[in-house]
Amino acid sequence: MASSVKQRGAAPAPSAPPERGGIAARWAAMPLLARHLLGALAAFAAVVALTSMTDSLTDLRIASIGYYTLAVAGLGLLVGFSGQISLGHGAFMFIGAYTTALLVTNVPMVPLWLNLVITVVASCVAGVLVGAASARLHGPYLAGATLTLAVGLPAVALRFPEVLGGSNGLSFSTRGAPPALAGVIPDTRWQAWAVWLAVLLALVALATISKGRLGRQMRAIRDDESAAALAGIKVGRTKVVAFVISAGCGGLAGGLQAYLLGTATPSSFSVVLSLSLLAALILGGMGSLWGALWGALALVYFEVWGETLADALELESKVSNNLPIVLYGVILIAVVLAWPQGIQGALSRLRRRWQRR
Amino acid sequence: MDHFINLTLSGLANGAIYAALALSLIIIYQATRVVNFAQPALALISAYVAYTVTGATGSYWLGFGSALVTGLVLGVLTERLLIRPVHNKSPLSAIVITLGVLLTLQGTAGMIWSNEPHSFGYALDYRGMFSPADAFAVGSVLLVAVLLLALYRWTPLGLRMRAAAFRPEVARMVGVRVGLMLTVGWGIASLVGALGGVLAAPPFLSPNVLDTAFVYGITAAVVGGLDNPFGAIFGGFLLGVSLSYVSSYAGPELVTLAALVILVLVLSVRPDGLFSRPQARKV
Amino acid sequence: MQSRKLTIAAAGAATLLLTSCAGAGDVEDTGSSELDVAPGVTEDTVVIGSHQPLTGPAAPGYLQISIGAGAVYDYINENGGVHGREIEYVVEDDGYDPTRTVEVTRDLVLREEIFAMVGGLGTPTHSKVLDFLNEEGVPDLFVSSGALMWNQPEEYPLTYGYQVDYTKESKVQGAFIAENFPDAKVGYLQQNDDVGTDSRAGLDQYLSDNVVSQQSYESSSTNISPQMAELKDAGVEVLVCSCIPAFTALAMLEAQAIDWQPQFVVSSIGADTATLMGLLKEFGGENLPADQMLDGMISTGYLPQITMSDDPWITFYRKVHEEMGVEEPFTNTMLYGMVQATQFARALEAAGPEPTRQSLLDAVNSNDFSGPGLVPFVATEDDHAGYDGAFVSQFNAGGTPEILQEPMVTDRGEGPLESFDLERPTPREIDILTE
Repeated sequence: MASSVKQRGAAPAPSAPPERGGIAARWAAMPLLARHLLGALAAFAAVVALTSMTDSLTDLRIASIGYYTLAVAGLGLLVGFSGQISLGHGAFMFIGAYTTALLVTNVPMVPLWLNLVITVVASCVAGVLVGAASARLHGPYLAGATLTLAVGLPAVALRFPEVLGGSNGLSFSTRGAPPALAGVIPDTRWQAWAVWLAVLLALVALATISKGRLGRQMRAIRDDESAAALAGIKVGRTKVVAFVISAGCGGLAGGLQAYLLGTATPSSFSVVLSLSLLAALILGGMGSLWGALWGALALVYFEVWGETLADALELESKVSNNLPIVLYGVILIAVVLAWPQGIQGALSRLRRRWQRR
Repeated sequence: MDHFINLTLSGLANGAIYAALALSLIIIYQATRVVNFAQPALALISAYVAYTVTGATGSYWLGFGSALVTGLVLGVLTERLLIRPVHNKSPLSAIVITLGVLLTLQGTAGMIWSNEPHSFGYALDYRGMFSPADAFAVGSVLLVAVLLLALYRWTPLGLRMRAAAFRPEVARMVGVRVGLMLTVGWGIASLVGALGGVLAAPPFLSPNVLDTAFVYGITAAVVGGLDNPFGAIFGGFLLGVSLSYVSSYAGPELVTLAALVILVLVLSVRPDGLFSRPQARKV
Repeated sequence: MQSRKLTIAAAGAATLLLTSCAGAGDVEDTGSSELDVAPGVTEDTVVIGSHQPLTGPAAPGYLQISIGAGAVYDYINENGGVHGREIEYVVEDDGYDPTRTVEVTRDLVLREEIFAMVGGLGTPTHSKVLDFLNEEGVPDLFVSSGALMWNQPEEYPLTYGYQVDYTKESKVQGAFIAENFPDAKVGYLQQNDDVGTDSRAGLDQYLSDNVVSQQSYESSSTNISPQMAELKDAGVEVLVCSCIPAFTALAMLEAQAIDWQPQFVVSSIGADTATLMGLLKEFGGENLPADQMLDGMISTGYLPQITMSDDPWITFYRKVHEEMGVEEPFTNTMLYGMVQATQFARALEAAGPEPTRQSLLDAVNSNDFSGPGLVPFVATEDDHAGYDGAFVSQFNAGGTPEILQEPMVTDRGEGPLESFDLERPTPREIDILTE
């Protein structure tokens, strides 16, 4: 794949001098998908490089950032592009996690990639159902309906305890590094790579979609639904498609979480999770995959930093127990008040100011 | 038959709580187009204040009163300090700010009063079928609904508030202080929310105690229709009674799922809730 | 340079894809890890860890456990520690969410480098880290849950139970009810998880002919009036409550509300009378104080209760509570954590002056750690049960509880109940606890 990309990229400017402008021009001339794939490959290289320096706990956290990035990015496509607010994305993570968990526990010989493909399909099917059911809903009605979905769906696991493990959920182990590499690459690092590889492939798809025709249609609907309809865009169908893509991302994120942590339990998919995803989206900044990354970083690390701070301050236990959540709340408010475009918005403003100098 | 009546009555008492929370949500939604996720936290702090005041003075009603005042003050402060700066920007910013307030206040409650549960009494005797406490819940919520109706319909303040919410430009031209009206709206809404909180918290008060009731509050508001206070009241009671039946006849593990089913059923027939007035959507 | 990195990454990605063709659930046995090591042990400290719900919806009720354990460790440290080492007790908040349990447990093991996990709390949570702890070779002592899965020495050689498991305890309850209320109509109110199913397995052995109504509750929904109404309508006279304290209290309130006075029989997990009184404080009114509401409640237990004022261990723990300046009130839930800490400290002492993980496990397996509980404490190579039986007592408002049936041990199958002889040491006889 990579070699064909290079050929195609090189073709338009065979005699270009190897200067900065040349590379930039060549980059710009590449097809969108190729650019995204190369970007993903670079990101994967960065993850591999980063994890080769970190301990296994950090590897786990890096992997968590991966699947949260995907979940937040998927939500970003729905909210940012088609303007539908979903407060129930935890429900799709629930579906993804249980699909993967059931496959791993019941048919252990299925390879991971096939597991994840099935997971994505399952959550897309759920996305079609929810998207079609909620296509006529707008604004807060959709928000309310999806919120209730996030609260209601985990009860399915309670209803069928024999299959889904009831409130104790399912626990299982997943395969780590292949035997040939055992001892060379720790299992968690291997799993972190697998998670990120899947995440990056999904992000490539997401980025390509959002830059393409479908993305333009979604934005048109968000900006003016009636005008979009007049322009011949099938509003209902596009909205459902946005929902399905976003559900697929959420489901894959949930599946990867289950693969990484070896658990699928109803209490992990509470309303808090769904609301945190939305908060992370706004905190990081909508409309950019970088924003999703910052949001995911915040989801994973604010808690850790809060606890470190609480330990360092040696406060009374009831104060220090609650410090991380208060801290998260305060930062959330402060960021939204100071930079309504989120962290990514602030960064790009900073960059523009820098470039102007 | 007795059992059925019992279920209905206890469902009504719970429904009153959902109705109060739904009412609080839609007042704010109508005034500022924000779904207020901070509401359970504002109500929570109010309930804790009631707990503290009742503990200090020995009087339930002093605690009750101070909870309502706390709700009012917190609502006003939230609107003035946090929601106003993002007003007219993006509804998402406001939603996320209310989420931030939710986390901050729930954590603060844990810091001050600890995460251990506290015994928190009912207004009146809780014993008996449709006890005085249940009757008080239903009665006070209905009374509040009537008072709100009177306020909005027949007082100059209510008229200004409606004008500020639905036609801010026009209202401003005729001399209505639109900002003030929105603040008042938040204050009143949070007061109603505090009432819901004090009714919902018993018997035990802890930082997450209102979460579930709040979710049902949102469900009730959406079922009833977000631009109709009667919808919220009806939605609350409908949900309370239905969930009571489900819990008994189908099993308690299905209650949250049942709320989802009810919501889906209602919205698939009426996408804007049961009682929304058919209106041309602004495009 | 850039492109070479990219090529490597591409090759890596391709390998990953190809090798991921092996089944995702096909996990090889990685073999056992080295146990003759002592991470977390220095000249003057031993670091141990635990995961507990400190915030979130499940925190209420469980906070006191780690506070109690912490107080005992503080007391031991102030009195010279264990073999001169202070115990450093690191508690991490998992909010009862298994995904966070996985993370904080790795944090404890890999970053804090704990010597052992002690009293990790909860079935849904701790079950997700069993594999990890056993693979990493971390002793996983005295899990805070009565689920049956902690006692699987073959599969999880490093995991040991603590409290009596739900099935054994409910067999004691069932036998007691069958003998003392032979003709009564019995009803169950049970938490809808393994607490409920495991308890039912024990109760049904003795009561299947007497049961007229079985109800369950979901710990996320505090409205249990429909269930209570059904139990009352079925004519239940003896209500067996396999519930956590908040739901025991709710059940009692609801019974008051519908004017129904069944005989309550409550499992140890929900029978902490001090906690129950705190929860019920506001509801009795002038003529019915909280302790009167609890009067006559029958419960099973394995630890002494804080109202047993002549028990030397209760006197001792009360002193610890006072001297360590614990703000929260002294309750049986706190006592649970205190006894857990005591049992760990005794095991650590028995592991010798230069403890390793192996010597700790050997010490747990080969020593008799009877007391502070009133039933034998079983921890051997082939049986990781922890407390192994239960007694039946009745709460008396204002007085000491009356023992209705002496402690008995049993198995989790269909075996009989048996009495036993137990030498309980007093706190004075235990070196690390003396000043």
